[in-house]
Amino acid sequence: MSILLNEQSRIVIQGITGGEGSFHAREAVAFGSKLVAGVTPGKGGTDLDGIPIYNRVIDAVEKEGANASGIYVPASFAPDAILEALEAGIKLIVCMTEGIPALEMVKVKKAFKGTDSCLIGPNCPGITTPGVGKIGFMPNFIHKKGNVGVISRSGTLTYEVINMLTNLGIGQSTSVGIGGDPIVGSPFVDMLELFEADPETSLVAIIGEIGGNAEEEAAEFVKNNMSKPVVGFIAGQTAPPGKRMGHAGAIISGGKGTAAEKMKAWEDAGINVVVNPADIGKKIASILNK
Amino acid sequence: MKIHEYQAKRIFVEYGIPIPDGDVADTPEEVREITSRIGKKVVIKAQIHAGGRGKGGGVKTANSPQEAEKVAREIIGMNLITHQTGTEGKRVKRVLVEEALDVEKELYLGIVIDRSRDQEQPVIMASEAGGMEIEEVASKSPEKIIKVGANPVGSFSSFQGRKLAYGLGMDKSIVSKASKIIEMLYRIFMEKDATLIEINPFVLTRGGDLLALDAKINFDDDGLYRHPEIRELRDLDEEEPLEIEASNTGVNYIKLDGNVGCMVNGAGLAMATMDLIKLAGGAPANFLDVGGGATAERIEKAFRILTSDKNVKAILVNIFGGILRCDRVASGVIEAASKMNLNLPMVVRLQGTNVEEGRKLLEGSNLKFEVAEGLFEAAQKVVALL
Repeated sequence: MSILLNEQSRIVIQGITGGEGSFHAREAVAFGSKLVAGVTPGKGGTDLDGIPIYNRVIDAVEKEGANASGIYVPASFAPDAILEALEAGIKLIVCMTEGIPALEMVKVKKAFKGTDSCLIGPNCPGITTPGVGKIGFMPNFIHKKGNVGVISRSGTLTYEVINMLTNLGIGQSTSVGIGGDPIVGSPFVDMLELFEADPETSLVAIIGEIGGNAEEEAAEFVKNNMSKPVVGFIAGQTAPPGKRMGHAGAIISGGKGTAAEKMKAWEDAGINVVVNPADIGKKIASILNK
Repeated sequence: MKIHEYQAKRIFVEYGIPIPDGDVADTPEEVREITSRIGKKVVIKAQIHAGGRGKGGGVKTANSPQEAEKVAREIIGMNLITHQTGTEGKRVKRVLVEEALDVEKELYLGIVIDRSRDQEQPVIMASEAGGMEIEEVASKSPEKIIKVGANPVGSFSSFQGRKLAYGLGMDKSIVSKASKIIEMLYRIFMEKDATLIEINPFVLTRGGDLLALDAKINFDDDGLYRHPEIRELRDLDEEEPLEIEASNTGVNYIKLDGNVGCMVNGAGLAMATMDLIKLAGGAPANFLDVGGGATAERIEKAFRILTSDKNVKAILVNIFGGILRCDRVASGVIEAASKMNLNLPMVVRLQGTNVEEGRKLLEGSNLKFEVAEGLFEAAQKVVALL
């Protein structure tokens, strides 16, 4: 078991003929992912290394049984691509695209209300279940199958943590990058809920950052609902207020959203907070070896 | 992206939101002319992006055109320091001259995106505590803020405006006027991809008029691609020159006060690297995310930007190669250092894809640098070089 991405997942890549889409589709196949189709409007009938390409997501669902999607289309087309996947009945939709206006995401999220489809991202590195496959662009070599669930708002910092764990011989059940935007499809809480219920996950590593209140909401959930140990780090302890630190969501505004506040909320909720990101692996190892 | 008060007010006018009579001026002579046209007491307001202008001496009144000209001479060209400008302040190039109003009540109106899980939509806020910073009101007397969530999939409904207007204790004679203003404010928010709009204070005059005495609009950088009219309002003088140069080359750079320059790939790792430098006893000079698909050329540019900050005394390169290959980073670093004749001490930490090739390239170059493997080790080494 794992969360979200499992043996039954049949993946379609939307935007498969683009530079990023085709590169990461091939990487995903090399990782063992079950990639059953691609979609690019106007390129239907062609293929990528034998993977059939369709004009519409619904064709990939009906003809290839696709039930998971990875989206690599430019920001101005991405909301439409997400809605197309949702309408076609795709259950897991992962959008890597960076730069979607926040108000577009507000509208897209309203469309997910009342459905059983799950949106990850946008502006995220995707999701990886070692031994099963991946959607997105986490590097293949860092993963190892195991029992730690990883959730993060960042990209390369997540790779660091996964790599650190793998080097210590600690494997992962699933790693999820939820995205660095102000409005994301699935915040920390949704992922914590899935990891808590997943029998293969025994500990969760959570990497937050400044801005917004997703970390505080996660704290509330951990306090009330988590039985599994959680280890956390918050990036941006030295970030100045009012500046957008790369991620659209990483901004301290009106004195709110600071790393200090978030770390305090996590500590109060019983999360094992590490101040130094280089210590995440050691901390997890010490808890697992208890 | 931020804009000036006078620019925000022009947008208000397009949408029919009342503002005081006035105009913008670059010289004291223009201020005098505008004042004599208005023909009454005026307020002269420095146009800079930072808040707290009044306390810093950037907002003053004048009773005559002559006095207005004199006051304008003090404000135009002054270095205005507020709690938001930093200690260096901002030079005032332009002022807004407006009629002084006979104010009965100062209120507050604002719209932001509420990121909390049960909302995730714009929220319109109103408060009777106008003129104060809303963050302060929120922490000291949250009951004074009335909120209404706005689902952007539906359209604005008049009850939302009424809820706020009656909540502010307004007389029924002006509720529909207030409601219309709130609706227009919401339309600006939605149609222009704003992330924040504030009218503080939103005033009720003794004559029963409602006007936007101040105006603030921040826009979503990710929405600018579809708003050329908003992009034109960008004032480069308000931004850090190095940050402008960086944004033109696709590098995410924010200048900070420390002396350890850092170049990192990925925003999260870049923030974590700053934190590590601090934990090791140093202070980061910048945030710099070179991006995922960085070319040798972009790395060179990133180097130029971070080293043009004269405070930088040592450099830390921290790269986790996923898509971005370490050998590519290494050749970018070597090229940049040799072209720029770089003498600053440097620590390089490469991890991930093609790390061996990258390290070999660095070792084979004439470049002086130290290699680090661990995250914290890298930070400690660079701080030791200071």
